[in-house]
Amino acid sequence: MPDLGFEVLLKGKNFARLMGGVWVALRISLISVVISIPLGILLGIVMTWKNPISRVLTRIYLEIIRIMPQLVLLFLVFFGTTRSFGWDISGELASIIVFSLWGTAEMGDLVRGALISIPIHQYESASALGLSSGQTFLYIIIPQTIRRLIPLSINLITRMIKTTSLVLMIGVVEVLKVAQQIIEANRMASPNAAFGIYLTVFILYFLACWPISLVAKALERRWQ
Amino acid sequence: MDIAVIRSYLPLFQEAGWLTLRLGLMGIALAIVVGLICAAVHYWRIPVLNKIVTVYIEISRNTPLLIQLFFIYYGLPKLGIRTNPAACGVAGLAFLGGSYMSEAFRSGLESVATIQRESAMSLGMTNGQTFRYVILPQAMSVSVPPFVANVIFLLKETSVFSAVSLMDLMFTAKDLIGLYYNTTESLFLLVLCYLVILLPVSLLGSLLERRLRYAGFGV
Repeated sequence: MPDLGFEVLLKGKNFARLMGGVWVALRISLISVVISIPLGILLGIVMTWKNPISRVLTRIYLEIIRIMPQLVLLFLVFFGTTRSFGWDISGELASIIVFSLWGTAEMGDLVRGALISIPIHQYESASALGLSSGQTFLYIIIPQTIRRLIPLSINLITRMIKTTSLVLMIGVVEVLKVAQQIIEANRMASPNAAFGIYLTVFILYFLACWPISLVAKALERRWQ
Repeated sequence: MDIAVIRSYLPLFQEAGWLTLRLGLMGIALAIVVGLICAAVHYWRIPVLNKIVTVYIEISRNTPLLIQLFFIYYGLPKLGIRTNPAACGVAGLAFLGGSYMSEAFRSGLESVATIQRESAMSLGMTNGQTFRYVILPQAMSVSVPPFVANVIFLLKETSVFSAVSLMDLMFTAKDLIGLYYNTTESLFLLVLCYLVILLPVSLLGSLLERRLRYAGFGV
């Protein structure tokens, strides 16, 4: 059995450093989720308006964000805007901006989908019962929307966590970068460390996303 | 923005675009094969394989492509499994896409009510006929929207190929930015190339969806 690098992880502070990298990745995705959920809800409500101008604008925003790979968006913000506007932002800030823009678009689309999936007779019956439009929204529409929305938005969180792996490409030191550093530092002592360490990173990502996706699946099944 | 610079970069981006498209399509084709196999295993509940497929889908859906590629490209050679970058990219895309495709096909197959199958059988159709004329057409109309979404998703995911030193669009853009500092022109071409690849697929997808909606009666 050749040395596959698992003991490199136990050397010194290597494992703690790796977990520090995980925390950087999780922090970026958590901040982006916290920003994009309220903004996405707002965007989703705006998208259901009948106003043609707001409709076209939100549609353009959504399509532009969705058709570009997230890595391209990262490049645009990190290399493009810094060059054009002459400001200086860190890789972490750039990725939070990009993931918030992206998350807002995705969340907005989910909210829009959930809102228009409520049949029109729900609104009509509510107003026939004498509820005001505010009451209709509060007691009839929102509870039904939330049921459809929560599993989908939990899925969005796992997608966000998976996408944070890309921030490596704009120089943020997250878990994959730390893994590379550890492998480089131990190249002489254990040349095969890449296997064990990348496998560990793989498992760490899986452990971060899997429980969340299980919760989403369970909720979806329960509320169907 | 400098037109001369853009013109001189264009051939580089064209080449990179072809590479992205070629590897992407190969990966997607493999992903479809893997997805079909997995969906079939789930649909007919083949005993042991069923469990394996479930595990595979959970693993593949809950890890990012970048990490999968790193593991395949830098990790596996230490066990003696050596691959070239292109094969690694295609394999990674197939590994990731297989589970997404399988979910798309499965949702279609499961959406066909049992009564359809039973009715077909009672009309005297064989198993094969039932599948070919009753189940498949109905399942397809449900599967196409997620299928198209997956194709677009996988084409977008090819952008991480540069991590395993494939000279794709991202690699070319980053390289040129690093070499000549023509950031605006490089990024403009990058966005343009991805639009040229992705817009037609997206438009074709929405056309196809509209066309296939007729097939789903009572859905």
